Amino acid sequence: MTRPLLRVEDLRVTFELRGAGDMPWTKPRLLRAVSGVNFELSAGETLGIVGESGCGKSTLARALIQMVPATGRAIWADGTDLLALSRAQMLKYRADIQMVFQDPLASLNPRMTVGQIIAEPLRTHQKGLADAEVKARVKEMMDRVGLLPNQINRYPHEFSGGQCQRIGIARALIVRPKLLICDEPVSALDVSIQAQVINLLAELQRDLGLAMIFIAHDLSVVKHISDRVMVLYLGRTMEIAGARDLYADPQHPYTQALLSAVPIPDPAAERAKRIIPLEGDLPSPLNPPSGCVFRTRCPRAEALCAREVPVLTTAAHGVACYFPGPLVKSRRLAEPA
Amino acid sequence: MALLEIRDLSVRFDTPDGTVNAVNGVSLTLDRGETLGIVGESGSGKSQLAFAVMGLLAKNGRAAGSVRFEGKEILNAPASVINPIRANKIAMVFQDPMTSLNPYMRVCDQMAEVLVHHRGMSKAEAVAESVRMLDAVKIPDARARVTLYPHEFSGGMRQRVMIAMSLLCRPELLIADEPTTALDVTVQAQIMTLLGELRRDFGMATILITHDLGVVAGFCESVLVLYGGQVMEKSPTDPLFATPSHPYTRGLLAAIPRVDQEGEALSAIPGSPPNMTNPPPGCPFAPRCGYAGEDCLDHLDPLTEFAPGRFRACNRSVEELA
Repeated sequence: MTRPLLRVEDLRVTFELRGAGDMPWTKPRLLRAVSGVNFELSAGETLGIVGESGCGKSTLARALIQMVPATGRAIWADGTDLLALSRAQMLKYRADIQMVFQDPLASLNPRMTVGQIIAEPLRTHQKGLADAEVKARVKEMMDRVGLLPNQINRYPHEFSGGQCQRIGIARALIVRPKLLICDEPVSALDVSIQAQVINLLAELQRDLGLAMIFIAHDLSVVKHISDRVMVLYLGRTMEIAGARDLYADPQHPYTQALLSAVPIPDPAAERAKRIIPLEGDLPSPLNPPSGCVFRTRCPRAEALCAREVPVLTTAAHGVACYFPGPLVKSRRLAEPA
Repeated sequence: MALLEIRDLSVRFDTPDGTVNAVNGVSLTLDRGETLGIVGESGSGKSQLAFAVMGLLAKNGRAAGSVRFEGKEILNAPASVINPIRANKIAMVFQDPMTSLNPYMRVCDQMAEVLVHHRGMSKAEAVAESVRMLDAVKIPDARARVTLYPHEFSGGMRQRVMIAMSLLCRPELLIADEPTTALDVTVQAQIMTLLGELRRDFGMATILITHDLGVVAGFCESVLVLYGGQVMEKSPTDPLFATPSHPYTRGLLAAIPRVDQEGEALSAIPGSPPNMTNPPPGCPFAPRCGYAGEDCLDHLDPLTEFAPGRFRACNRSVEELA
């Protein structure tokens, strides 16, 4: 098998929090936003990352391009560990890894024209390029993402949310990256516009052979666009599998609860569906439960779950649970009391 | 007599860029205990419709038409008329519980305020009643938590507090404006289940305003689809999803990726929503509609009943859309 485009091993992001009244010698409280995530990504593949707010999905993406400090290893296709690079060395790889952000308007500089915004990565990463060449490539890219090239001198506020997201995509793709990280790219958009942007991303990915890390809280959107999906909870991987497999046959109780909660736009299906309620709230990441982080809300939790952290299995369908299994056959629900 | 009867409601905002026509001639009736979903994308006027009913429009907003609650006209009514109805008869749950609760007040104080003001209870009675209501919305250990401040609750818990507060005076009508949009799916499921149980227990009529057709499918008896401030389609829930009769409703349903189905390419609706500062004279959806003809740019047929209980506003007949 060929070497994967990106191999992430034991990625950890820990923030040190200091309270307002803390003394200089007070030990900071540790917030483990991402604790020990592993995955591989092949060229041209889309990995979806889902989870609820605070599960570390955005932090994970930001760690890969050194926007937040992280430990562990992220091995790029050429064998380099991205996390060990200095800022200057990282610059070389930033052209290969580009990012699309959630808020389409806030991620564009309001004082720059669309042409300047889209050209900026080119001017950063390919300094020798002539102005005419830059302009030609910007116009070509605008056309590619469905913007009119004659809008090149307009400012971001003159565009709608969906169009702003197209600008963000054009900016990311103009340096011809190998990996595109999309952090909630459609969650700020209306349904009808969301479909336009999802279709555009899928089409561009196919045509350009891009690998994609697609982060979203909307499980339906992730299912639609991803080859494989990873489910995060409190900074840990709960389950990772092919998209079809994960949605048809989820093994982890958290994935099952998450999927059951998604509303289906079909009254009959919605009435027939049984929601698996999760008790209580997400525990504080400052003070995560011992053992399996999900055990406090898990219908299958037993004493073992509190003692030891379940390891993610290495099969194609990986699960981090001591009692995995399909929903209907699960021990608690099937066996009579 | 219908509980709520809205006739030809229009809402306009005067802005430096011109007049924004947020709601254009919306009519609807709601009976006691009925659950209506109002669906639309951002800018469709769904929230302004609710604000106009509640008399909560911004200062530059003007509402015209008629809103009758239990037969009494309440649109643009003076405070002496609308204040006894608000909270007592009609209550509202807002989208963002953090910004709609007062961050400087303990939960018990802001909840008790409602009862002291509207029901003339003593503070102690009001706090006791607040605790009972927090129990009803399943806040664990309500007696201890009632003295906390809003920031000490999680997002889902805050929305429970909002719902408890809105139900304190046992309203006849609850208007929930995107109550779960800011929440995660598992929390959304908790809140929608709770709202369903409360509706059953308290028997109030509910208007659920949302952009999420999935939430509507599970919760509402009938649905009103808004676009560009106008009603495109109004129908009982099941037939709306089974056989949507309006090009916009069809487009909307086809544009949603589904978690329970294997997807091909989504059929996106081309173009973008209309600018309500200069709405086109005809059908607001015409520029994006695959079935639109020349006539759609000039005028839009009024909302008509094409099957029992089902209404649509479209120049093309249902057969033509096949």
